[in-house]
Amino acid sequence: MTHISLAVPEIGSSLLAAMGRLGLGDHNTRVVVFASVLLGLASGGVGVFTLLRRRALIGDALSHAMLPGIGVAFLIGSTFGDFGKNLLLLLTGALASGLLGVFTILGIRRWSRTQEDAALGIVLSVFFGLGLVLLGLVQQIGGGHAAGLESFIYGKTASITIRDAFWIAAISVPALALVLVLMKEWSLVCFDEVQARVGGLPIGMVDVVMMGAVVAVLVVGLQAVGVILMIALLVIPAAAARFWTQRVSTMVLISALIGGLSGMVGSLVSAVAEDWPSGATIVLVAASIFGFSLFAGTRRGLFARYRERQSARRQAIGEVNA
Amino acid sequence: MTLLASGDWLWALDGWIVVAGILCAVSAALVGNFLVLRRESLLGDAISHAVLPGLAVAFLITGSRHSLPMFVGAAVVGVLCASLTQWLRDSGKVDEGASMGVVFTTLFALGLVLIVKAADRVDLDPGCVLYGAIELTPLDTVRLGAFDIPRVVLVLSTVLVLNLVFVVGFFKELRLTTFDPGLADTLGFRSRWLHHALMVLVAVTAVASFESVGNILVVAMFIVPPATARLLTDSLGRMVWLSSGFAAAAAVLGHWAAITVPGWFGFGSTTTAGMMAVMTGCFFFLAMGLAPWRRRMGRRTSDQVADSAP
Repeated sequence: MTHISLAVPEIGSSLLAAMGRLGLGDHNTRVVVFASVLLGLASGGVGVFTLLRRRALIGDALSHAMLPGIGVAFLIGSTFGDFGKNLLLLLTGALASGLLGVFTILGIRRWSRTQEDAALGIVLSVFFGLGLVLLGLVQQIGGGHAAGLESFIYGKTASITIRDAFWIAAISVPALALVLVLMKEWSLVCFDEVQARVGGLPIGMVDVVMMGAVVAVLVVGLQAVGVILMIALLVIPAAAARFWTQRVSTMVLISALIGGLSGMVGSLVSAVAEDWPSGATIVLVAASIFGFSLFAGTRRGLFARYRERQSARRQAIGEVNA
Repeated sequence: MTLLASGDWLWALDGWIVVAGILCAVSAALVGNFLVLRRESLLGDAISHAVLPGLAVAFLITGSRHSLPMFVGAAVVGVLCASLTQWLRDSGKVDEGASMGVVFTTLFALGLVLIVKAADRVDLDPGCVLYGAIELTPLDTVRLGAFDIPRVVLVLSTVLVLNLVFVVGFFKELRLTTFDPGLADTLGFRSRWLHHALMVLVAVTAVASFESVGNILVVAMFIVPPATARLLTDSLGRMVWLSSGFAAAAAVLGHWAAITVPGWFGFGSTTTAGMMAVMTGCFFFLAMGLAPWRRRMGRRTSDQVADSAP
């Protein structure tokens, strides 16, 4: 916990104080809430760019693409000693495999006429299939020891440990910093790739860094909260923020806030009510915010667009009458 | 799987496994062509996660884990997932991928909460309720006349016939609504209804396959064989046939590889469904390597036209 408080002292201490007032003095609860908020902030921020780059489901594809890496890491770990289930080794395997997935998606897009969604789907299913094949082999040498290796990727519910929280903080804070530093370049690539290329921006490099950040956030999030929650945290806050603004910087801010808020409310609810698993509760909170934004969003919400149409209609009628 | 650990090919077992694989692969590839062309490739994967609340509700209503109510519940939620995605995209102006992501993660979360609530009463493990394993195909048979036919094969044959009739019967309409829904509507085809029918078939194919052969196989077969065929042809008719062929070939080679290849390295057999998915990937990357060659062989114009299409 000390590392994290050092990383973001103000947020950390004020959050802890707030939770103390809520009667949530329990150390475990604090860790879970803290990690969920950070994860929500980071994935909300990064998610904006995956949405604008029309790769919203990249989290889905890459989380599945990590399975072969986990199998290989376990194989290596158990061959050279008895550390097949070493967390760092498995994380590294997942990271490497996820990055390979990123390069494969970019390669398919570049060297064939396959569309973005199919490229994601190919990497998702073929890598995941390969992962299952490897796990089938791993189980033969690892025996019972290899059991539960899949749950690494499917995650657990409501069991973020201090170690998970440390990793979440260690990745989320730099990922958020990266979003702030590279916002201009990322936005340019998202909105006007041609202009970016003419301006001399190395598109491939920018893409790799952007997706690399997604992979890093995914890896730490996956083993802490599970695959579906991570996909949701990358997609839902960004999609909700899109209803409120047309500016990228505002959208990043709103999306990160929605992510963080969902993380906080969801994990608090799950801490108080035991039969609400934290991962699912966080998704449902985010989805409620999305639903509210869909109707009330001031920029592209249904109500705003209805009013726009009405006023255009009134204006047209006025012109006809005049 | 232990039945096959020896690596020998037994027709009574492996024959049925391959038949189940081919049936699932071809059914999925047939409708998958239209998903890939409509840029909804990931719908199969989305449905595979989204069906959870359907299972939970079916269980809460009937109080049993019998497969028929489970199937109906899952199929209904699968269709719901597809229509909600489309509504968000059309009315909410949300990006395709994002609308799919919002819908299926929310449905999954809802299902998880329902299951935790129901869990006081009975053990309902999402992993076991729905997902079958293709290796178990020969074990659950139905007596049909003089033959013992695996139940899975009967279910998947029905699905294949449905999909085949739909794709062949409405081929012209499907082509028109896929490439130019606006024109289709003007000409009086109800492109919306055709799309709904397609979504129902996708959901039924997906759910029937999850239940019998597991999810990875059908998710791969929806996407990879059609995407492979798309690299090699510009004609929709040829794309449909090619993709079915690739799918069937991947199923056969996949099972063969699953029981043979690990043996070369001193292992026993591995997951058949996973290996079938890997085989589709091999075909895709092979086709990707061949496609530029094909382009140089004087078909440049049609390819460039296709490339410039949105």
